[in-house]
Amino acid sequence: MLQVKGAQASPDREEAVLLQGNEACVEGALAAGLDFFAGYPITPSSEIAELLAARLPRRGGKFIQMEDEIASIAAVIGAALGGAQAMTATSGPGFSLKQENIGFAAMAEVPCVIVDSQRVGPSTGMPTSPAQGDLMQARWGSHGDRPVVAYYPASVAETYRLAIRAFATAERLRLPVILLLDEVISHMRERVTLKPPAENELPKRRQIQAATAAGALNDYPVYRADAEEQVPFLPDFGRGYRFHVTGLTHDEKGFPTENRVIAGALHQRLVEKVRKVQDELAQAEVTGADPAETLVVAAGGVARSAQVAVEDLRRAGYSIALFRPITIWPFPEKAWQSRVAAARRVVVVEMNMGQLYYVVDRLTKRAPVELCNQVNGELITPEQIVSFIKG
Amino acid sequence: MSDITKYLRKQRLPHILCPGCGHGIVMNALLRAIDRAGLDQDKTAVVSGIGCSGRIPAYLDFNTLHTTHGRALAYATGLKLYRPDLTVIVLMGDGDASAIGGNHLIHAARRNIDLVAVVMNNSNYGMTSGQYSPLTPTARITTTSPYGNIEQPFDLAQLVQAAGASYVARSTTYHVQSLITYLEKAIKKKGFAFVEAVAQCPTYFGRKNKLGAGAEMLERFKTLAVDVKRAATLSPEERKGKIVIGEFADRAVPEYTERYGELIARLKAKDAHAVAGE
Repeated sequence: MLQVKGAQASPDREEAVLLQGNEACVEGALAAGLDFFAGYPITPSSEIAELLAARLPRRGGKFIQMEDEIASIAAVIGAALGGAQAMTATSGPGFSLKQENIGFAAMAEVPCVIVDSQRVGPSTGMPTSPAQGDLMQARWGSHGDRPVVAYYPASVAETYRLAIRAFATAERLRLPVILLLDEVISHMRERVTLKPPAENELPKRRQIQAATAAGALNDYPVYRADAEEQVPFLPDFGRGYRFHVTGLTHDEKGFPTENRVIAGALHQRLVEKVRKVQDELAQAEVTGADPAETLVVAAGGVARSAQVAVEDLRRAGYSIALFRPITIWPFPEKAWQSRVAAARRVVVVEMNMGQLYYVVDRLTKRAPVELCNQVNGELITPEQIVSFIKG
Repeated sequence: MSDITKYLRKQRLPHILCPGCGHGIVMNALLRAIDRAGLDQDKTAVVSGIGCSGRIPAYLDFNTLHTTHGRALAYATGLKLYRPDLTVIVLMGDGDASAIGGNHLIHAARRNIDLVAVVMNNSNYGMTSGQYSPLTPTARITTTSPYGNIEQPFDLAQLVQAAGASYVARSTTYHVQSLITYLEKAIKKKGFAFVEAVAQCPTYFGRKNKLGAGAEMLERFKTLAVDVKRAATLSPEERKGKIVIGEFADRAVPEYTERYGELIARLKAKDAHAVAGE
């Protein structure tokens, strides 16, 4: 049984408004049915908490400012187990603190959304300045291997859409989904139309069919995965199925086990459930010449500069295109392979020391891959990219 | 007394606790308190952190959640705020609750959120083989205080009381009847209700400090225990080394999820009024 949670939560007006990225994130989350938020103040994500502190109780949802970042993600997971569509929002330092419990949500298969608006790091870095240093943290930040889905919008409108999709994916695959923003996307204002999500875009919580006889409820294998999708149908707490949730390696009933066969199968399935659908999940936008001799790769805020640079260079006669991953994890490998075959040169533009570069270089066999980067708190300008490519 | 084994997941037994461990006594007392309070198993959640105490929920037939080290109260806060219809009981060890989870403990008490917080204080980290915790008495030997603990322990009952909890009590695994009574009162109390159960760890703490096996450690609790009212009449010198047991706080304090419910109702009424006035 699939339960639609966001149906009544859609914005009732469809009109163009001027919004900040963080505001669009809130609108998207509410449109998806968000009814629980726990957070801790941190720049540049604080507006998300502030807006939800005002909005959620007005619609019967719950907002809580926890005592720290760790408590925030913990409260989100606790609420999600009770049936909430839950989210937290943070920036790099807070994202680091949340990592252990993000791993718990991955292991216990608890759907939730974690927003990370990136700023300059490491450490406190430059709190009000943009960077893109958390791409690898989103992928590998928590210990052990775990499945990861991370979206990265490049506009305010896309932030709204991807916030909705983040919830839908979290519910579909029962995992914590990362919505990466950066200080540019969080704080820039753009015109956006808040189009209510279609029925098939809304998150649907997988629920056990109420077919099990009453006596068998408390011994039900809640972690037995659907054969096709490899995702279990966990019920919410307090709905008549009493079961156990643990971060320990567990069997199909959720109880800890050291059985090597069961352990191996669990860890395989957790990764497999994302791998099975990665070509559908992993999306990219490609604009410019097709085929293109030069492929520019950029995501998030800096993709806006890259877009302008590519348009300028095309006008100057370059055979060039922009490849913009919308899904950072899993990386849109299929889309990349279809475009990179014709490329003679690849330029990765990013505001870190080469995190996307690392991924792109690994997936690029024939063309040389160059890194056009900057980590000083300034957004890379179109002019910088143009002059890098012109050499 | 009705049969409390109905609250056990019998197929999960035997449990992993050591022979002579006090945690089984606390678990037993908790189930008797739950039975007396008449809780609905489907509407009760038991949440734990990491450590010996953390493994207990798996044996209990409720909605059970074994979280990360120190974070049980934070998970429980999210669950209770979203689902005020559930009774949420949180089981923690002394290291779990007062070291890594100390911040969550004082803030859950400050919010006075309707949780039942049980700290099984066996004076050390048992699961990792006996290191000192913030509740290990000064001078005690553990694997990480081989020359005697030079730190002073917390008095958790005082700390949680000062932070604002509705109900605060302490008992030991020797004083089982009062432990059951306090746990029952904690379950029924609206607000943050805290019960510290001083428990024996013969395997590590007892052995390192030559306190004997489980039964001898229980005898010691009997000798060392002083009721909170009597303790007030003792000089600091006389109180030294004693275990002060009893009820430290039992008071009416506004509860967090109720206040949140009132906030929602107030905003709804305001918004309805605004629409009516349009």
